[in-house]
Amino acid sequence: MPAAPPAKGARKAPRFIAGPLWLTVPALVLLVAVVGYPLLIIVLRSFSEPAWGVQNYVWFFGTPVNLVVLQRTFEVSAWVTLACVISAYPYAYMMTVVGPAMRMLLILCVLVPFWVSGVVRTMAWVILLQDSGVINSLLKWAGLGTVRLIRTQLGVVIGMTQVLLPFMILPLYSVMRGIDLRLVQAARSLGARPSRAFLQVYLPLSLPGVYAGAIIVFILALGFYITPALLGGPRSVLLSTLMQNQVLSLLNWGRGGAMGVVLLVATFVLLALAAPLMRQRHKQGARR
Amino acid sequence: MKSTLATAAAKGAAIDIVSAIKRYGAFTALDDVSLHIEPGEFMTLLGPSGSGKTTTLNVVAGFTEITSGELTVGGTSMVGVPAHKRNIGVVFQHYALFPHMNVGRNVAYPLTLRGVGRAERERRVARALDMVKMADFAHRYPSELSGGQQQRVALARAIVFDPPILLMDEPLGALDKKLREWLQLEIKRIHRELGTTFVYVTHDQEEALVLSDRIAVFNHGRIEQIGTGRQLYDEPATLFVGKFIGDSTVLRGEARVSGEETAITIAGETVTTRRRIADGARPVMLLRPEKLSLARPGAGAGGRNRLSGEIAEAIYLGSGSKYEVRLRDGSTAIVRSPLEAESFAIGDAVSLCFAERDAKLLADDDQADLILT
Ligand SMILES: Nc1ncnc2c1ncn2[C@@H]1O[C@H](COP(=O)(O)OP(=O)(O)OP(=O)(O)O)[C@@H](O)[C@H]1O
Ligand SMILES: [Mg+2]
Repeated sequence: MPAAPPAKGARKAPRFIAGPLWLTVPALVLLVAVVGYPLLIIVLRSFSEPAWGVQNYVWFFGTPVNLVVLQRTFEVSAWVTLACVISAYPYAYMMTVVGPAMRMLLILCVLVPFWVSGVVRTMAWVILLQDSGVINSLLKWAGLGTVRLIRTQLGVVIGMTQVLLPFMILPLYSVMRGIDLRLVQAARSLGARPSRAFLQVYLPLSLPGVYAGAIIVFILALGFYITPALLGGPRSVLLSTLMQNQVLSLLNWGRGGAMGVVLLVATFVLLALAAPLMRQRHKQGARR
Repeated sequence: MKSTLATAAAKGAAIDIVSAIKRYGAFTALDDVSLHIEPGEFMTLLGPSGSGKTTTLNVVAGFTEITSGELTVGGTSMVGVPAHKRNIGVVFQHYALFPHMNVGRNVAYPLTLRGVGRAERERRVARALDMVKMADFAHRYPSELSGGQQQRVALARAIVFDPPILLMDEPLGALDKKLREWLQLEIKRIHRELGTTFVYVTHDQEEALVLSDRIAVFNHGRIEQIGTGRQLYDEPATLFVGKFIGDSTVLRGEARVSGEETAITIAGETVTTRRRIADGARPVMLLRPEKLSLARPGAGAGGRNRLSGEIAEAIYLGSGSKYEVRLRDGSTAIVRSPLEAESFAIGDAVSLCFAERDAKLLADDDQADLILT
């Protein structure tokens, strides 16, 4: 008997949801036409230029430098993701525990970079990281010598982490906001010292946010262009730069397209691997 | 009163709170609270919202430190001891089950923390789940349980490590009446079986009466009175306690002392008492509904205190009747009369009668210390 009313409501619900389906049309058009169509063209051209066949893919996998760059792209993305997780986690946590005024400030700090163009932010990093830049001046002043940062992989990772950090913080925050901190208190009363209460209760409950943020950051990092192009050097070229080179400088749409497709497929494979992990967490994290 | 003590006194621990004060900035949440709880006792903290019940519980659990005062459990000072070292079970109003662990792992958690071996752990989890009648649900996740089931699991988790003290903060607050009443009996049974000291928070006086050996009535961060349900009902120490526990009629009057007797004028009529009160004081008189009776004006026994009024509401209850009587000064008296008593209709003029010993004279809330005896 108590189950009857909700069941009735659930049967009614779809009628209300089905109505405004057409409201999704603008977004659908943008997604399909603006992303889907060019994507299709790129895939087609990768198989058809200069002639029909898989010669572009044979070239890609047959040229060692391409594979090195592909591997490096995944490596750099992984480092960036790791750096983002480590720096975003405490930040997002603090956002959930501070007062409203402080929270506003913290949210603002996350959002401000969104309002400043990526190019400007990357230029800022050039100023900070270059050999005679702020960081090296400080290091020299402290008597620690200088480090090469600009045009190195480390510089690229630092710059990309800063640019992509908001994409990690926001999903993390939205998950952490939903975690009942009283659960940690409950764990403490059951005998868990603070570190165990965190590791066994808080951390597992925050993982969906970590996964969501990590996937977004990782995928964005794989295709990131401006920051690696400006901060990187010849030894830290990423796939996006290589692609740009093929398409815009060499006008070789076939090879550029093939690179894009390889990146896309690799991303999908990764997503497919991560999916079961996410789904499992979802089931366990279902609301009370 | 404490029949459980004889069987399992060894398992429960005594709690002593001495002159505890808790301040949040300028606000005083606990104002000189002292409370002694016997080993194995079922003590209920009763009081309105914001009166400091949860704060007291949190102090015992170790979630909050008192600003000053002393707290001992089983004779050992707990001041400064972190929550996870206190070995005290806590059941929260919001269940606080870990959503990422199934019922079995939730209940096993405190045992895992204590390094209890697998076989022993499984045995104790099974026993605890048995005790709350949730043995068949070990593989469910909290999100797949009803509120009452979740609370029973939370209870199992709080007792599985045999803590000498169990704290419960409005554990049944979110459940419907039927379920609440059934779980009250379950909690009482578990208390009897375990012999653990229970400290239970509620703002429902009926629940407090059903469950407790003794009740501490909180108001504004202070304890107004500690006693058994009967003591609180029959001998309320303050007007607040009198009004909070059970139904009551509160009459306000002015005292005039003449020799042995004190006359109290209520709405132009006078009742007498032998209790000594300061001349000119304005005490309140508290009367329980079953101690009041009604009579036609002029009829009935003399020598008793009477006040005139008019029936404002008459409700037939099956086992008797309940009347609301409007007195001359506009105050309302509640009367419960037995089935065999004469019945009255709305609008009838009546005399409200009561024996002197049934009238509790108390200081009005805003003027303490006026009553001498
Ligand atoms: N962390 C805090 N900071 C400031 N004031 C607090 C804090 N915790 C509690 N208080 C105040 O202390 C008082 C007592 O709170 P407490 O939670 O003990 O009330 P309660 O008796 O449990 O009430 P309820 O029945 O509503 O749960 C309240 O006025 C509350 O606002
Ligand atoms: Mg409370």
